[in-house]
Amino acid sequence: MNWFVQRGLNPWNEEILTHAQWNLLYAAIAFGVLFMLAHTLYVMFWPKPAGGHTAPVNPEAAARVPERVKRHSFAARAFHWIMAASMLTLLVTSFAPILGWRFDWVQLHWLAGIALTISILYHIIHASFWLDFWSIWLNREDVGEATTRLKRALGGNAPAPRKSGKYPWDNKMYHTAIVLSALAVVPTGLFMMVRVRNPLFARNPYMFTDGTWGWMYVLHGLSGIGLVGLTIAHIYFAIRPEKIWITKSMVFGDISKQEFLEHHDPQRWVVEGQSAPRP
Amino acid sequence: MATIHDVMPAFELFQPASIEDALSLLERHRRSVWVLAGGLDTFDWLKDRNKRPQVVIDLSGVEALRGIKATSDGGLEIGATTTLTEIANHAVVKDKFKLLADSAELVASPQIRNQGTLGGNVSQDTRCWYYRSGWTCYRAGGNICYADTPTAINREHALFDANRCVAVNPSDTAPALVALDAQMVIRNSSGERVVSAEEFFIGPSIDITRMTVMEPGDLLTSIRIPGTWAGAKFYFEKVRDRQVWDFPLVNVASAIKISGGNIQQARIVVNGVAAHPMRLTAVENQVAGKAQSEETATAAGELAVAGAQPLAHNAYKIPLMRNLVRRALRAEATS
Repeated sequence: MNWFVQRGLNPWNEEILTHAQWNLLYAAIAFGVLFMLAHTLYVMFWPKPAGGHTAPVNPEAAARVPERVKRHSFAARAFHWIMAASMLTLLVTSFAPILGWRFDWVQLHWLAGIALTISILYHIIHASFWLDFWSIWLNREDVGEATTRLKRALGGNAPAPRKSGKYPWDNKMYHTAIVLSALAVVPTGLFMMVRVRNPLFARNPYMFTDGTWGWMYVLHGLSGIGLVGLTIAHIYFAIRPEKIWITKSMVFGDISKQEFLEHHDPQRWVVEGQSAPRP
Repeated sequence: MATIHDVMPAFELFQPASIEDALSLLERHRRSVWVLAGGLDTFDWLKDRNKRPQVVIDLSGVEALRGIKATSDGGLEIGATTTLTEIANHAVVKDKFKLLADSAELVASPQIRNQGTLGGNVSQDTRCWYYRSGWTCYRAGGNICYADTPTAINREHALFDANRCVAVNPSDTAPALVALDAQMVIRNSSGERVVSAEEFFIGPSIDITRMTVMEPGDLLTSIRIPGTWAGAKFYFEKVRDRQVWDFPLVNVASAIKISGGNIQQARIVVNGVAAHPMRLTAVENQVAGKAQSEETATAAGELAVAGAQPLAHNAYKIPLMRNLVRRALRAEATS
């Protein structure tokens, strides 16, 4: 048995790829659960570095932070929740039938896929022209900082890193993983719609060769399975007590000055109503 | 591609004598087990090596699965391995539920009816020849329907409810059982459940690899026909390419209660047009309370085919189905 893909025979007696190996779904769920367990135990029992994880911020810059800081605009929050709803619908409609819950899932699945695609297109345009596009992407500084944080988290000796800008490095890592998964799952899903009856695309099962279709289904399945693990991790962090302020900000849009200063460096994330940091 | 062999492949054969033993074997070998009743669907699959179970459970020695007995509500309980010939010839079935006797009598050929069972007839797999050729289509766990491509030969395939797969249910007794509001008794190691015949059959939108709700470990033990429709006016007609030993292109089963020349209540079911016997509830509602007339029958036929989506070669099934439904509702047709 192949661990990652399923194969079959076409009418020309050629071996073709058909799907990702669905047993990987159980592996993704197990990984998500074990990750939650390991992280919970780490937070509860692992000794933390004295003086916290981060260096203190510039007091002058801190003084200029307003009482409420806008973290997510309404447009950004709307995108997040529409994407979350469509993502959860996609995961349930694709994997619940594999786990034994039988229902008419195909139409719900592609409708949610279309909603996700539109929301992503909207997000790309919105982030490119109305938000600070590069603030969410990993840069060289993040890599160094991640190494330092990891060393300290594991009890090693390293200087305390600065507090983060608008998005901490782990947030950026997660965003990158989601982007990569979306790049795999969305185009393949749109092409796969050509194989099912729907009002948007004319059916054309011969658009690609059996081999190419096989890869498409495998890539769609594997990235979908990956998204199961990523979604479990995301929901876990969203409800952790020390991260709940981020979740609240995704609902209400803003955070308090105290939350801002606890987690962000005002010189790395210059908020509205605050003058630019002095060189 | 299918490899045709004249000999059976190797497997471990169990011949339980009781339902409990059969259930225990099903539970123990649920990963790779095949239930054998009359063997008429089974042997093709096994000889062609398109299904390769390690274990086969032969039910022919389970006496409790055979026979027809009356129930307290005026209905019947038919054991799953009762043969189609027994059903077609049974005096009470012919008297009270002629619809089932007629449908059983039109299955395949006399030899096959002598061997074939009611449970096997309703549980049989689709006849889609792409699927039965052993290619990895949707129904076989793949990602394509070879019968729904621009060049496919699909004259036997579905008009309705095609969801990726366009295969149809080939049973003759299934629409009769749905029309009679039969209940399917299913047992497994954790107990018994009773499912209406209408819900027993499922389409590809629910599970593309199966035609019934039967899960691994399940055993169909009997079929209960309630007394509700006993003595109603029945009609069964099967259209096939040749008049014996063939599967239906389309068949129709109807049960109608008439009062004062008007249709009081009706159940009309068509098979061979979807992956499950299709109960025509819209038609039933339309004809209820109307006179049993040519006009009512014609309107019913028109409504029956509304929403049909023909494939490249099966559009002929639309007028066929329309006319079968019309004939099922004509006054002179029902018996």
